[in-house]
Amino acid sequence: MCGTCGCGHHDHEEITLEQKVLAKNDRLAEENRRLLAERGITAINLMSSPGSGKTTLLERTIRDLHTTRPVAVIEGDQETRLDAERIRRTGAPVVQVNTGAGCHLDAAMLRDAYERLDPARGSLLFVENVGNLVCPALFDLGEAGKVVIISVTEGTDKPLKYPYMFAAADLVLVNKLDLLPYVDFDLATCREHVAAVNPKAEVIAVSATRGDHLEEWCAWLS
Amino acid sequence: MTMHELAIAESIVEAVCERAAGRKVHRVTVRIGALTAVVPDAMRFCFDLACEGTVADGAALAIEERAGAARCHECGAEVELADRLLLCPCGSADLTVTAGRELQIVSMEVG
Repeated sequence: MCGTCGCGHHDHEEITLEQKVLAKNDRLAEENRRLLAERGITAINLMSSPGSGKTTLLERTIRDLHTTRPVAVIEGDQETRLDAERIRRTGAPVVQVNTGAGCHLDAAMLRDAYERLDPARGSLLFVENVGNLVCPALFDLGEAGKVVIISVTEGTDKPLKYPYMFAAADLVLVNKLDLLPYVDFDLATCREHVAAVNPKAEVIAVSATRGDHLEEWCAWLS
Repeated sequence: MTMHELAIAESIVEAVCERAAGRKVHRVTVRIGALTAVVPDAMRFCFDLACEGTVADGAALAIEERAGAARCHECGAEVELADRLLLCPCGSADLTVTAGRELQIVSMEVG
């Protein structure tokens, strides 16, 4: 009898695959990367927990940048079109992707949204991932850069609690700097925690509502 | 519900079913590194769900777990990493991860 499944047959064939589980996603992501590069489009993947101020930051960034470069947005959320409507009011082209039960965007979803959006050549394309600090880190979309946003209301230890996400980041934005006097958040400690999981990541502390240090963020984007 | 394990399980099942080309899949072996944020127990649960209604329905899942390891650029040591915190016993945080990021389908048994 077969030792593996007890089925009574001996003719099972062992097939060696030795392939990455996410090989298909990675292949699609590489196609996206090539397609975006051909059209001079820079895609930035924005990831955070819910409520960190991603959409507010985007609204402000679009207003600050739209005169220098076309800006377009792909909004990922499990449900609703609320965020896309907020972005639409800034005048930037936007499409919403609802992932339903899914907790992240993948390369195929990005491609589909990109084709519906059809951003202008040379655009800066913001991809607002689903609010979640775990899964989006695993899925390459074909973006040029990954930005993780946390806010001072979330606790200094976020980088240690969600190390995979912070390890994947090119840049960490610490938002809601205007609320710093009212909360127990130590910026220097937070920087040390980011460095502990990702020594290469840059950290910029900003306030999307008051405008603090947004020029540094815009300089990073360009 | 740990949904990223479900998405990963679906990717595994899609890949093995494609390769099985209609044959019944009895067992799938995967390799999961300790630094991947994929929890083996959640993976087993999601794998069974993802297999339902496919040629891999009822297949056994074998998981080879891989520990995390890194090379220190300061002292040259190969160190084991229990988690994502990059710190060598010598005090340096300048490490390159050399193992623990595996997320691979190793093999499968069909017939």
